[in-house]
Amino acid sequence: MSTNSTSPLIRSDAFLRPDGRKGIRNIVVVAYLVECGHHVAREIAWRFREQEVHLIGFSGCYPNAYAYRMMKTLCTHPNVGGSLFISLGCESFDRRNLVKEVRESGRPAEVLVIQQEGGTQKTIAAGVEKVKALRALADQCPRAPMHIHELIVGTVCGGSDATSGIAANPGIGHAFDLMVSDGAACIFEETGELIGCEAVLEARAATPELAKILHESVDKAAKYYGIMGHGSFAPGNAEGGLTTIEEKSLGAYAKSGTGPIHGYLKPADVPPTGGLYLLDVVPDGEVRFGFPNINDTQEIGELIACGSHAILFASGRGSVVGSAISPVIKVTGNPETYARMEGDMDVNAGRLLEGTATLPDIGREIRDLTMAVAAGKRSKSEELLHQEFVMVYKSFEPIGPGCLPVVR
Amino acid sequence: MPSDDPRLLRLHSGDNILIVARSLPAGAVLSVGGAQVRHAEPLPLGFKIAARDIKAGEKIVKYTTSVGSATRDIALGEVVHLHNMKSDYIPTWTREQGSGHEH
Repeated sequence: MSTNSTSPLIRSDAFLRPDGRKGIRNIVVVAYLVECGHHVAREIAWRFREQEVHLIGFSGCYPNAYAYRMMKTLCTHPNVGGSLFISLGCESFDRRNLVKEVRESGRPAEVLVIQQEGGTQKTIAAGVEKVKALRALADQCPRAPMHIHELIVGTVCGGSDATSGIAANPGIGHAFDLMVSDGAACIFEETGELIGCEAVLEARAATPELAKILHESVDKAAKYYGIMGHGSFAPGNAEGGLTTIEEKSLGAYAKSGTGPIHGYLKPADVPPTGGLYLLDVVPDGEVRFGFPNINDTQEIGELIACGSHAILFASGRGSVVGSAISPVIKVTGNPETYARMEGDMDVNAGRLLEGTATLPDIGREIRDLTMAVAAGKRSKSEELLHQEFVMVYKSFEPIGPGCLPVVR
Repeated sequence: MPSDDPRLLRLHSGDNILIVARSLPAGAVLSVGGAQVRHAEPLPLGFKIAARDIKAGEKIVKYTTSVGSATRDIALGEVVHLHNMKSDYIPTWTREQGSGHEH
């Protein structure tokens, strides 16, 4: 991130990590490295579920470079203060290098191998002690002032209905415009939900090279979903009044705001400086491992791997999910959903449809709440202890030249 | 942007559809383009209503952007949805197809 310290102060007591990045949360992660370690990891993490100890993991036994990079990036996220890995012992995940690389970031990391510890009970008992120690170490993390140019915010939409594109997404887009102009890095994604928006995206690219990259990323998504035989469109979307993928796209696109697009990321690429970024979650190469986004939680995990400190989640139908590692702030554009699910929804952008608020009002409210959450206020999904997490098999080529803005 | 009926939202003057801004019960009478159109079925929030007569094959335009094509002639005031429009990119999947019950 740039060294501009004149952008607005978010908080004076952010968690200063040894690599210089700053977190808004201080999470200890318990991560299983194969499904066979899931139960043991869950039993350990459950005992600390109200002490900022979150469970993540990867189910597969076969090796996958994407999953390794995701895991490493998540465990060295600025919101993370320590990690415990639970391995069965015979899976392919390279636990030795993982622990080594996480420790090299200056964060404590431990691994327990169930087969070596002597089974379920012994590993849970050992894991509980490890987490206590990791929690204590994380609690000693030094604090430092954090400014908005050091903040990364991601956005996703899920359970979309026709109000998402009219109220919630444009509201988030407006908040993005405000935060980017203050120096933050903001990330939108779902190229599969930008099908039909290629031309407008291209026109907003900061450079001609980036324009071509953005267009190609949407073409890649259209081809990929075409082969899969489904668009990123669930039956609930149609029940909510959306008819086609391009209609849903139009609404999803509004989350990106109106400013120039400065860069293009793939999962686990961290923005080098402030600005607006498109995250491409559609795998490269031939269709191999299935859908690019099996659910919203997977996309949230990828946004967090890109360094997102917080996630703005637009949901017309009413999703309840939160996430491990970074807080999720939920915005609904549907006043009926807000009335029905107020306990889960942070922002009622549906006031726009009722005529009691303007789009700039909603945008400022979302921006202000994001700043408050960054300063320590808990979002509703955090209060409810939502800590969803999903990681699947994927494959990506590294991003090429022209994808990232030049940092001066 | 004003529309003929306060319960309908006109997103842009160039659009050929209006958006239902609040859920309406069966039997609602909407005024669209000077005509009074009665809807026997309930109209949920967010549904699209034809702002004018739309010919088969014409683009459905929302927020100035095409969101698909009409699959048959659509009359002023009619609901615009899966039964009379389609994607120009990827066909829309319904639960009924998944269970083998075509509708």
